[in-house]
Amino acid sequence: MSPKKNILIDFLKSMPKNIFSGFVVSLIALPLGLGLAMASDAPPIAGIIAAIVGGLLVSILGGSHVTISGPGNGLVGVLLVAISTLGLESAYAAIIFSGILMILLGFLRLGKLADFFPSSAIQGMLAAIGLIILGKQFHIMLAHKIDRADTIDYLLEIPYTINDAIHYTNPGLIYAAIIGVLSLCIMLFYPKIRNKYLQLIPAPMWIVILSIGFSYYFELVAHEANPIDKNYMISGIPNISTIISEIPIIDFSKIGTTAFWASVVALTLIASIESLLSIKAVDKLDPQKRRSNVNRDLKALGLASVGSGFLGGLNVVTVIARSSVNVNNGGSNRSSNFFHALFLVIFIVLFSTELKRIPLPALMAILVFTGYKLASPKTIKNIFSIGKEQLIIFFVTLFVTLKVGLITGITSGVVVTFIIHIIMNKGVSLFARNVLKPNVLMFKEDEGGNYYVSVKHFCSFLNFYRLKEKLDAIPEDQDVVVDFSLCQFVDHTVMENLNDYQELFTKRDGHFEVIGLDMHDTDSKHPFAMRRLLPVPNLIKNSLTKRQSAIEGFAKDYGLNYNADKQRETHFLDYFLFFRTKKINHIYNKQSEKNLAIKLFDIEFSEGEFIAKEVVRSTMLHIQLDKNIPEFTLDREGFLEKVYAFAGFKDIPIQDHSDFSKRFYLLGEDVEAIKTFFKDDITHFFESNPYYHIESNGNAILVFGKERLASIKEIKALFDFGKRLKDVIS
Amino acid sequence: MSLKPFKKIGIGVTFSPNLKANIHEASRLALRLRSNLVLIHVGEQSTDKDAKFNAILEPFVKKGLVFEIIFKPGNPVDVILSITNEKNIDLLILGALQRENFLKYYVGSIARKITRKAQCSVLLLINPSVEHIACQHIVVNGLKDPKTTQTINTAFYVAHQLNSERITIVEEINQDEIAIKVDDDKSLRKTNILKERIRQREASRINEIIKTIDSEYTKNISIKSQPIFGKQGYSIGHYAQIMRADLLVMNAPSKMTFWDRLFPHDIEHILTELPTDVLIIQ
Repeated sequence: MSPKKNILIDFLKSMPKNIFSGFVVSLIALPLGLGLAMASDAPPIAGIIAAIVGGLLVSILGGSHVTISGPGNGLVGVLLVAISTLGLESAYAAIIFSGILMILLGFLRLGKLADFFPSSAIQGMLAAIGLIILGKQFHIMLAHKIDRADTIDYLLEIPYTINDAIHYTNPGLIYAAIIGVLSLCIMLFYPKIRNKYLQLIPAPMWIVILSIGFSYYFELVAHEANPIDKNYMISGIPNISTIISEIPIIDFSKIGTTAFWASVVALTLIASIESLLSIKAVDKLDPQKRRSNVNRDLKALGLASVGSGFLGGLNVVTVIARSSVNVNNGGSNRSSNFFHALFLVIFIVLFSTELKRIPLPALMAILVFTGYKLASPKTIKNIFSIGKEQLIIFFVTLFVTLKVGLITGITSGVVVTFIIHIIMNKGVSLFARNVLKPNVLMFKEDEGGNYYVSVKHFCSFLNFYRLKEKLDAIPEDQDVVVDFSLCQFVDHTVMENLNDYQELFTKRDGHFEVIGLDMHDTDSKHPFAMRRLLPVPNLIKNSLTKRQSAIEGFAKDYGLNYNADKQRETHFLDYFLFFRTKKINHIYNKQSEKNLAIKLFDIEFSEGEFIAKEVVRSTMLHIQLDKNIPEFTLDREGFLEKVYAFAGFKDIPIQDHSDFSKRFYLLGEDVEAIKTFFKDDITHFFESNPYYHIESNGNAILVFGKERLASIKEIKALFDFGKRLKDVIS
Repeated sequence: MSLKPFKKIGIGVTFSPNLKANIHEASRLALRLRSNLVLIHVGEQSTDKDAKFNAILEPFVKKGLVFEIIFKPGNPVDVILSITNEKNIDLLILGALQRENFLKYYVGSIARKITRKAQCSVLLLINPSVEHIACQHIVVNGLKDPKTTQTINTAFYVAHQLNSERITIVEEINQDEIAIKVDDDKSLRKTNILKERIRQREASRINEIIKTIDSEYTKNISIKSQPIFGKQGYSIGHYAQIMRADLLVMNAPSKMTFWDRLFPHDIEHILTELPTDVLIIQ
């Protein structure tokens, strides 16, 4: 068979999965699209138009694989300014021009643009955007619409709004506020509930479904008018025929003004940065480990923005939360983006009247949560742990962005970062003398074929692109050594990016090592003002918790080694199917046999990104085998598996063991090998023991029960199960 | 291929703290390369100065060093250049300066001017010492340039005379030779195939050059060739530095204009940050 045909067959094979994940993504894209557009003071349908145009165009022309495109939260602040200063019709013109600029950026290969901004400054800018979204929508969530000129005023008035909300007397407002608060609770507590059936529908869609149900309850069951105040219902959702017949007239008359071009530049900058950051993050989640062509994506996004602007939609960017939902639901190529757009079209055609039943506070609760996630205290804590000077950069960017604007904000962030670098290095000469030098050397070593990269002088956000260019030219399955011993100064932006590379290389079977930084604080000959080195595992643990002492006792009883510290070396887990779309943060409380054949550990991993991010802690058992067995996944048979089966996964039946086949769900590539591997004794073992999720990656087995930490009793049971399983298999 | 051994070695001397070390290095080299030494002092002659120089040179004279001392007042750059021409000096030794508090060396303004204008080969010393330090590893450029054959030849000659163990020939390949830009997996694969092809082409070119060299000079030396994709003139210095080479041998620059100094390339990079001792072959 020709390879071309293979590609086509693979594509068709993965089609059901992509349709399924496209569907799930459209469930989250619908409320987010409506909400983001309303937060930008644009008609709600504008967000949906952006998602549809983006999905259709970028899926066909783009260069990334599992990303989803649509209206982005980062743009809310800029669009708000553009629409309020220029008016809606001119803002569409600005969107069109920013699309053209993005296409230009793509052709000029400026996909590296995002590398020139210090990461703390970007964090500060994102936090400011989060606060802009949160500040404005919080009041609407509590049914208290206010209009202020300054974004900071919105934030300062939050306590007054809460106070007012407690003393409402108008039942319409009370209902609206309750809906808002309930919706926020759904957003907050949804990730905490690990129920597979509940998780099938994303939280924002639950809010939509529940609030539409609420409205129908009053109409059909209680025969009363909807108690929520009319002003706080979503309005202005046209049906499909009006959308087509009433394409907005775009006003190009303000094209000569500076305000217009300021908006265009701001839109382009934020849209590009948000897209580039998202693509980078999503690439790490891609189970097939592909590399995205960012420049091509920029062109596609730009073109989509132009199209969206002409049809009355917002800018199209790559969005992180929706993309990660896509990956988690089995999206494997660009077609899922296409289907997400298609489903949105279907929703609008079929249900545009139902959407009018959504109360505004419910939608705004989703945005308040989004805003909170962007500016969460966790981010600040994280930055503080990196260094106090990063906090200065962060807050300067944050306040200037809130007070003046996005462009000024990010510029001030860059300037402050550079000033701090100058102070830390006691002078500008290091930078002035070396900024233009090609300070990165890369060559392939003869022995071993390692790639060796040496960096001289300094490496900061100013010249990181040189290092990045070299690193990008290395296939991710190779071994790389990056040597900073000739480098006097390495900044936080670089360290953070290197950490990303490290994760990427590890995930793709390569090896990425950074050397030469250990002496940066000690050797007096090198006046290094090094900031934090690579994140080091927390070495000093004050005391063990009750559970930890119990585990320690258990480990002693069974003759196991116990280590409570966080460990980041989790490469042995990378080959398990379960972790392909998940990011392992660390393992801790590790108990292991002397020969390391059986390991028991607590693990923290995360699924999804941004508002779809869920951090999960669980206890797992890892058995290293001395022989090869087929790769498979075994779990309890249930409703969810039926859904998966619909999406193209197949259960493998084992002959003469109908009870086993009925109770267990067995999945794997090599059907024949698995059938022969599940002999009588192994099948009996599984039949007569408690249920666990079991996975083999060829030479090791991973066993775990629930997606939460196990109690001591459960740990004992798990260990016993693992030991006997090992005996049965070998 | 004919070798051009250095017959006369010149060194500019002043009464600096490095005087003794500089003369020691130059004399040792002159003995090793079996050449005559010319000390050039910019200034009036006096018996006092004469005595000082002779005292330092004495141990080497016993070993058979032939030398002469020339005194001439004037502008140091002009004096040294004119004497180099007059006396047919074919290797001029210059000392480098160390940037305060840093382990970094650069060529001072006078030495830099001489290097640019000199008609003969130039050796820039970063760390002259009274004691003998063996020169074990020599890095030489393998640029695609008519001068390269001569440079590699001389490098082998010097290596042989100094009993060096290793020579690494570095081929700097301009990034522009790779027409494909890395965007995604596909272009990355293409680029790597192309790079591999260029690597092999360069290696065979270097092999051709080595074949022409008299085997007497190549036999006891381990030869390695290392292609590097990077900025010409800069990456080789960087490479020599991280490989802790003892001597870097380079082609002399073709022509220098004002712009070359403003936007440094090739040899100019090396002059602003000397990675190790540098020998520039004319």
